[in-house]
Parts: sequence; C-alpha cells; structure tokens
Amino acid sequence: MAAIPSSVDATLALLGSADYVADRSLATAVHLALHLNRPLFLEGEAGVGKTEIAKVLASALKRRLIRLQCYEGLDVASAVYEWDYARQMIEIRLAEAAEEDRSEIEGTIFSDRFLIKRPLLQALEPDIAGAPVLLIDELDRTDEPFEAYLLELLSDFQVTIPEIGTIHAEHPPIVIITSNRTREIHDALKRRCFYYWVDYPTAARELEILKRKAPGASEHLSREVVEFVQRLRTMDLFKLPGIAETIDWTEALMQLDVLELTPHAINDTLGVLLKYQDDIARLHGSEAARILEQVKAETAAAQA
Amino acid sequence: MTNESLTPALTPHAGKGRDRRQREGEGDSSAKHGRLLANLMHFARTLRAAGLPVGPGKVIDAVAAVSAVGITNRTDFYWTLHAVFVNRPDQRLIFDQAFHVFWRNPDLLKKMMGLVLPEMRIEGIEDQGTAMVRRLAEALHPDIGKEGQAEESETEIDAAMSFSDREQLRGMDFEKMSLEELARAKAAIARLRLPVQDVPTRRFAPDRHGARADLRATLRAALRSGGLIELKRRSPRRRPPPLVVLCDISGSMSRYSRIFLHFMHSVTNDRDRVHTFVFGTRLTNITRYLRHRDVDLALERVAEAVTDWSGGTRIGHALAEFNRLWSRRLLGQGAIVLLITDGLDRDAGAGLAHEMDRLHRSCRRLIWLNPLLRYDGFEPKSLGMKAMMPYVDEFRPVHNLESLEALIAVLSAPIMRRGTAAAWHGNQERAA
Repeated sequence: MAAIPSSVDATLALLGSADYVADRSLATAVHLALHLNRPLFLEGEAGVGKTEIAKVLASALKRRLIRLQCYEGLDVASAVYEWDYARQMIEIRLAEAAEEDRSEIEGTIFSDRFLIKRPLLQALEPDIAGAPVLLIDELDRTDEPFEAYLLELLSDFQVTIPEIGTIHAEHPPIVIITSNRTREIHDALKRRCFYYWVDYPTAARELEILKRKAPGASEHLSREVVEFVQRLRTMDLFKLPGIAETIDWTEALMQLDVLELTPHAINDTLGVLLKYQDDIARLHGSEAARILEQVKAETAAAQA
Repeated sequence: MTNESLTPALTPHAGKGRDRRQREGEGDSSAKHGRLLANLMHFARTLRAAGLPVGPGKVIDAVAAVSAVGITNRTDFYWTLHAVFVNRPDQRLIFDQAFHVFWRNPDLLKKMMGLVLPEMRIEGIEDQGTAMVRRLAEALHPDIGKEGQAEESETEIDAAMSFSDREQLRGMDFEKMSLEELARAKAAIARLRLPVQDVPTRRFAPDRHGARADLRATLRAALRSGGLIELKRRSPRRRPPPLVVLCDISGSMSRYSRIFLHFMHSVTNDRDRVHTFVFGTRLTNITRYLRHRDVDLALERVAEAVTDWSGGTRIGHALAEFNRLWSRRLLGQGAIVLLITDGLDRDAGAGLAHEMDRLHRSCRRLIWLNPLLRYDGFEPKSLGMKAMMPYVDEFRPVHNLESLEALIAVLSAPIMRRGTAAAWHGNQERAA
C-alpha cells in the first residue's frame, strides 16, 4: 500500500511522478482531502484536467479507481446496489418446492449472494491495496434527489440497505467529485467537501504539461502552440480551449508533420481546438493569421 | 496536535517579527492554540459578514486543516484556508482580499481600513471588484459603510456612462400588494399551463397501469403473500422542465413592469428550477431576490438591485451576455425560455438574429410574449422584431395587458399551429 504523502511538497511530487503538473494550490487542496478524509470537490471548465486528478491519484497511490459517471435520473439501483431479482425468484420457487419455512426463505434471498454491488457500495468495501479512490464524475448532470442521497454517504461513509442494515466503511475512500457547472450544486453538499476551482494553466505550466503529455513535439512547436492557445483564451469565444484541446491539437499537428505553425496548418486543424462553429468561423482565416503573427513575434523575442 | 507547526500563525504578521515570536512562543502551548483559534474565528466572522456562507463548522474545519498542513509559508496557509472557506468561484475575490487585509494584521485592522480602502479601490480595476471591496470594508468596519455609499454610487455611474450614454439609472417604486391581490395572484398562477407542462424524468413511481415492471416491489409483495406472484408496475415520474424568464424592463415596457415582476415572483415560488432575469441596457439575474416569499420585500430588493429601469433596450447585447455567461449553466436540462419584450431595440437589431439563433438552439422551447402596448403607433417593421421572429417557437402577442390573470391566460392558451408565428409576421409585412 503506497503511503499518503506527508506534506504539500510530497503531494506535489506525487502528482508530478504520475505526470500531472499541478499548481501548489491544487496540491494543498489534495493534501487536505487525503489527510482529513474529506471529499475534494473540483469545479472548472471542461478539459482542464479535473477527472485526471482522480486517475492520477489512484495510479500514484496504487489504489483501485472506482468511477461513477453521473447522468440525469441516476438512482440508488444503478449507483449503490440492486438485488438480483431473477435469481431471487428462482430461489423462492425452489424453496417453495422444497417446502421450506417462509422466514427462512426471506433470510436467504436477501443475503450477500443476491446483492449486486454498484460503484458507491464497492467504494465502501475494504480493499487490500488500501481505501479506493472514488471518482464521482460530472455531478452536475444528476438531479437534486441524488445529490441529497450523497450527503449521508459523504459525511458518514455509510450506506443503509433496508433488508440488510447499515454498511459502514472502515477506511473511508478518497473521494473526488467533479462538476462542469452546468448547474449549481447545492451548498449542503459543497460544505462537506474541500472546494477547488480548476483554472486554465499559465503559459509556463501549460508548456510543462505539454512536455509530459506530448513528448514528441519539438520545443519550438510546443512554445508556439501554447502561446497561440493562451492568446485564444483572452478572446471572447463561446468555449475557450482547455488543456485537453491543447494536447489534442499538438498531437494532430504532429500527425500532419507540422514543424511550426502556419496559417494553413491552423485553418486545417482548428476543429480540434474549437468546438463551436461560431468560434471557428470567427477565427478561420485572417483572425488566426493575425494572432499567429503576434505569436511569432513573441516567440522570436523570447528566443533572442 | 503539532504545536510547533502552528507557531507562525499566532501572530499573523507572516514574515515580520519572527524572533520575537519564537521567544514568546516557548511558553504556554494551549494559549498559542487559543490565539490561532481566536484569529481563525475572527477571520471567519469577517468572511461571513462579507457575504460568504461561513458557519461555525467551518472554523473547526479550518483548525483541523491548518493543523494537517502546518504553517510553513504564507502560500500554503492561504490555500489551506481557501479550500475550507471558498465554495464557489465568485467567492474567490472576496476571500483573496479578506485574506490579504486580515492576515497582515487583524489588530491594527480598524485603524488601517481608512488607509487601505482607497489603495484597494485602485487595485480592483473592474467595478465588480470595487463593489466587493465595499462589502468587505463594511464587514470589517461597519461604520464606514454609510460614508462609502455616496462614493460608491459615483463610481458605479461612471462605469455606466462609459457603457452607454443612453442608459438611465432610475429607481423604481412598486405599490404594495394588497392581500386580495395576493390571493388572486396565487390562484392565477395555479392555472398557468405552459406549452410544455411537464416532461418525464428518469425516475419512477409506483403506478398500477405503468408500462414497466417494478421487480423490487413485486418481490417484496411476493414474500408477504406467497403463492402467485403478482406483478407490480411503475411509470416515469413527471416534473415541469426548468423555466428561464428574460424580461424587458425598458422605458417602452415600464407600464407593465409590476405585472411582470409579480408574475415572475409567483412562478418562482410556485415551482422549482425557475430562473429570472431582467434586462434594459444590461442583464441582471434577479432569481435570488425573487425567492423571498414576501412579494413586497422581494420587489423592493429587485428595485434596489436593478439599475436600468425604464431606460433604453439593447436586446442583442443582453441576449449575448445571457448566452455567454448563463446559458450553459441554466439551459442544460432542457429548459423553456420565456422572453418578454416588445422587440423595440435601440441597437436596431444589431447582432440580435445571431444571439436569438443561439438561444433558440440551446433551449427546449422559446416562447416570446409581446405586449403590444403602443397599439396605435405600433411599428410592424421594427428591426428588432424582424430579427427575432424566425427564431421563436411560439409567439404570443397580447393587447391591453391589465392584470396577472390576463398574462397567465395568454400564456396558457392552446399552442398555436406550427408556423403561425411566421404567418403572423407575413401578414404584418403585407400590411406594411
């Protein structure tokens, strides 16, 4: 079992060892969540690396990753547990044929054997590798009733199954909750968590991320890409490109054997970077060329 | 508890006077802890007064968090408290300012406030920033709130003037509602039937005639009765979709502001997932104010919060702002958008078609309620109207809007045939 890092610096190093280049502020929040057994609530635009944190934590700490992808109408049956009804019915029929006692049947069919465990229940079970990492992804996609249900789970790390009783986690899982903010999550839930707003990275950090995630790209191309994307983020676009888009774009450019940005190469690959037609139309052609010119001037000045 | 690591927090002048602190620090450890706690409590109170939802539980969390991280440097201390006290992105600015003012020296705070305020005002470039600083200043030092008010409104007006010279900052007085009116409003809102009344959710409720089998209920029943297993059924629950109201409060609409606000207040308190905005030259989210059960109090708050009553209209601008800042947060779950405006646009419809198109594509249904108040002088060729018409699912014109009941009757009328809106538009074209 990998030990939990003892300081903020160690947390930063741990994330770095798994190729996640984090801000010190984020490392502080992660450190707190690990030490005080509180869920970490990550909010931010799409593609800034929220989900990645959970994956990286699981792999760096060598814990099991349990992922619950949220959607509207997510209910207890698909998030926590469900009984295996078909097998239960067969069991009842068999028992009746064997003329067993009614109360005995009830005891048998509501036992562990017929329980289908869903992610939240799995996360409460003891694990040899240590408490698992539970990722509750895109919580904003569910509805309020599920959020309310999570309250009990996240404060006491226990689940109540009427037929069996309360199941309590001996070692609470490391919980990471993400939200894209397509609606506000209720304060009662946020209050139980450490909150962190994942922002777009600075140019230096983005360059560092690109080095780790797209190691094949030349220094020159990476610099240009980062500078270009950073400039896009200052524009009034409908959806700003996230880090995921930067990485995808760099990989796309490498696939096309582009060694440095040209207006032509940008126009061909703009769809990787921007996901709304309005934004693409706005940037296509002269606007992209204009930004590129600034980028070239900037990188030339930096290298001189 | 690691008392060593707590030492630097005892006197929150990080950096300065370290030796003195260490000399003092050798003494009573519980006293040290006590001072940290007192400082954190004081800090939490400051944040609470500045508008952050900070309860006593948060102070305990903060102490635990600070102990877990230890205080080795100011940055870590900052982010530790940040993780505990901040809950939403918009609270970050207040927290940042409070932290820097408070942990420099809380003892000298009151004396310093006078000096710090003007300095911070320069730092807070955006007017939003300045407003927050004022809230914070009031929280730290309640007495100066009053003096600051005059200055503040001045800066507000300055920003507004650069924004648009046509904008008028006018207050609004609403008559109080009588009890009888209240009762009638309640009854009226109960009759409201929007075109999409409710939609199936993905949750289920027991229903004897439901289309799906409820195996869990079936099994439980079977255990109770034995013998034949009776199949229990269930069907999807239904609930109203989210509703977003965008209401024009410009000069040409001012006659009806009261009715519309009453409507918005009733509908906000009648169902969940209602969000309300008003716009003239700028867009204001008034949802929070309207959640007050008391209608007079709610309207009073709205009147205070909204600064562009009875001025010009910039529909395109307001919709652009809505699309950019709010649409993804509010329209995600298939919302109905109710747009209340007469379509008279000061910008002559510039950019309006584009924004209407985007709004139309992001919602379940776009309803346009148009009070044709200047009936005699009404201009069918209004550029704003022309730009908007192709993008609405439903067009509901209403003449002589006299009461909330009339408004609700119009909204609840059966759905117009497809293309009626376009046909109406065509007629107007021909007439002109």
